[in-house]
Amino acid sequence: MYINFGVPLALTIIGVGFVAIMVGLQRLLAPQNPYDRKLTPYECGEPPTGPAWINFNVRFYVIALIFVVFEVEVAFVYPIAAVYLDWVRSGRRIYALSEILIFLLILFVGLIYVWVKHDLEWIKKIPVED
Amino acid sequence: MPLLNTLPDYVLTTKTDELLNWMRKSSIWYMLFGLACCAIELMHTGGPRADLDRFGAVPRASARQSDLMIVAGTLTLKMALRTRLLYDQMPDPKYAIAMGSCASCGGLFQLAYSVCDGVDKILPVDVYVPGCPPRPEALTEGLLKLQEKIMTERWLVRSPNGKQVAAA
Repeated sequence: MYINFGVPLALTIIGVGFVAIMVGLQRLLAPQNPYDRKLTPYECGEPPTGPAWINFNVRFYVIALIFVVFEVEVAFVYPIAAVYLDWVRSGRRIYALSEILIFLLILFVGLIYVWVKHDLEWIKKIPVED
Repeated sequence: MPLLNTLPDYVLTTKTDELLNWMRKSSIWYMLFGLACCAIELMHTGGPRADLDRFGAVPRASARQSDLMIVAGTLTLKMALRTRLLYDQMPDPKYAIAMGSCASCGGLFQLAYSVCDGVDKILPVDVYVPGCPPRPEALTEGLLKLQEKIMTERWLVRSPNGKQVAAA
């Protein structure tokens, strides 16, 4: 009965031995040269200042979300404005105009939503229920 | 306890050195470090036509994973501090290629007030690749020269030409 445990035992020994050999070879063959500047945090070359675990105002999260609305708007409206005249000449005026208007409408609904939710104000007013 | 520069000149140790060198030269991971127009040629070198990947060289985004720093472009004095820090943060063994005239000696901007005249002012350079900018074939040639240089290194064997790990 115990012979059934032979294969897992052999695999365990091989696995542990493989890891031990690899880590041991690394210890023997790799150059180890730690020094202060090498151990500094990697910040793309910038000298790191201050601790990484600082408090961060959670309101920036909402600001970033709202920013995405306007950024996508600009990124799509400008190219369409640039080629709009070509589209008019080729007879696709209604198609282009209605498509960009639907897009702006969707984003405008999002803008109204954050406006109603008082997320455009830095100090947020929470309506008090009576 | 590392065995670097400790063993005598036996066949076993020299063959082990050659094996180590062969493995190192076959997996040179270079850091993406484009500073100026040479970076375009650096991208082409990693692209499908010149294809540095066939020599085992793949681009890495972090200094922690890189063996080779290809300084591609004009090194300004402001960037020189960052470059030295990034070079320090690379794990040993590490190599550097100065790509193009600007990285080699300042090049066109040699007399500018803000330019460091050559990357070898701040870190040890293994291979200089001339050109303004060098073609991808030239950078490939530089990588092959670096591979030749890596194959001459001695790690375990105690010898005057033994690879000295750069001190701080």
